[in-house]
Amino acid sequence: MSFGDYMLFIVGAILVNNILLAKFLGNCPFLGVSKRMDTATGMSMAVIFVMTMAGMITWLVQYYLLEPLSIEYLQTIAFILVIAALVQLVEIVMQKSLPALYRALGIFLPLITTNCAVLGVAIINIKEEYNFLDTIIFSFASALGYSLALILFAGIRERFVLARIPKVFDGTAIGLVTAGFLALAFSGFAGLVG
Amino acid sequence: MSVVKEFTKGFWDILPPFRLVLGLCPVLAVTTSAENGAGMGLATTFVLVCSNVLVSLLRKIIPSKVRIAAYIVIIASFVVMVELLMQAYAYPLYQALGIFIPLIVVNCIILGRAEAFAGKNGLAASAADGLGIGLGFTISLFVLGGVREIIGNGTFLGLHVLGTSYEPFVFMVRAPGAFVSLGVMLALINWISARLEARGRKA
Repeated sequence: MSFGDYMLFIVGAILVNNILLAKFLGNCPFLGVSKRMDTATGMSMAVIFVMTMAGMITWLVQYYLLEPLSIEYLQTIAFILVIAALVQLVEIVMQKSLPALYRALGIFLPLITTNCAVLGVAIINIKEEYNFLDTIIFSFASALGYSLALILFAGIRERFVLARIPKVFDGTAIGLVTAGFLALAFSGFAGLVG
Repeated sequence: MSVVKEFTKGFWDILPPFRLVLGLCPVLAVTTSAENGAGMGLATTFVLVCSNVLVSLLRKIIPSKVRIAAYIVIIASFVVMVELLMQAYAYPLYQALGIFIPLIVVNCIILGRAEAFAGKNGLAASAADGLGIGLGFTISLFVLGGVREIIGNGTFLGLHVLGTSYEPFVFMVRAPGAFVSLGVMLALINWISARLEARGRKA
């Protein structure tokens, strides 16, 4: 791919095929941590970091371990274990070497293991037969798209404190409806990349 | 008695995904039709029952420090089984559900039940719990998929129920419609349970 193709690829992954709003991956933490802006930014940073790392490592696992041994059917088990181990490792390393960042990400790191966006992106990388460079770019761009949606959503959701919401819609229900309109706004980007 | 109670609580008391707001990604993604919703629900039910049974059998053997990792391996094994079975016997459904079949692994409902219930309870109760919650999840997905299919496509299980003159409201089967319809349905369930509670207090 040329440089221009890569730009389109990145814009497509961030806006058009937004992992959260168009592909429905990682919705539980999306609704869970979006009530306040600072938790949303913390989660975003953790996702960007882990998703890129996980994309790279699962790609290597797939092509240098599972395929040579022809045990591709173990993909799901292998990937979830890699992600769980990676999250643990990142937590330990970060605690020792980057204590400031560790305190900032804190509780969000362990939560990422069950964020289906991370496993989802790892599987998409393999399904679409991306090469190693594509994998890095796609994982990073998807994580950026996730962060963008999460932070925008948290910004909207903070306003709910002052809004008069019908009682039955309070909490998750109004969150979902709002996410729907955010998704509608994002679907306006659909024509951007052919 | 208690086994029956563990079974039936999944249909209303902690009906997923409305009362137990977990595992939303597959709910949003696959409910474009009633059939896909039910298929996803049944696949999840199978994994949930099997993992609950195995976790319950092994609950005294698994050390509590590594229990989450052990649960994930158990769940992932059953998910691989479902994936291979669907590939062999229900290929069109396998293609329609796509990436969300391997993603059953990270469906928080399953890990949640292993952690909250099967790890502490006996075999029969855990199996009943898994089956009840799984079927509750299946019904929710079927209803949500049905509503979206009827409004967004004018069909139900592939049959034209609203007549050929109906102009489909495509919004409902697209991504934004998924969020909005789930939100509205959640509000509806909240409303019904508030009404039931009020009636119970009066009586």
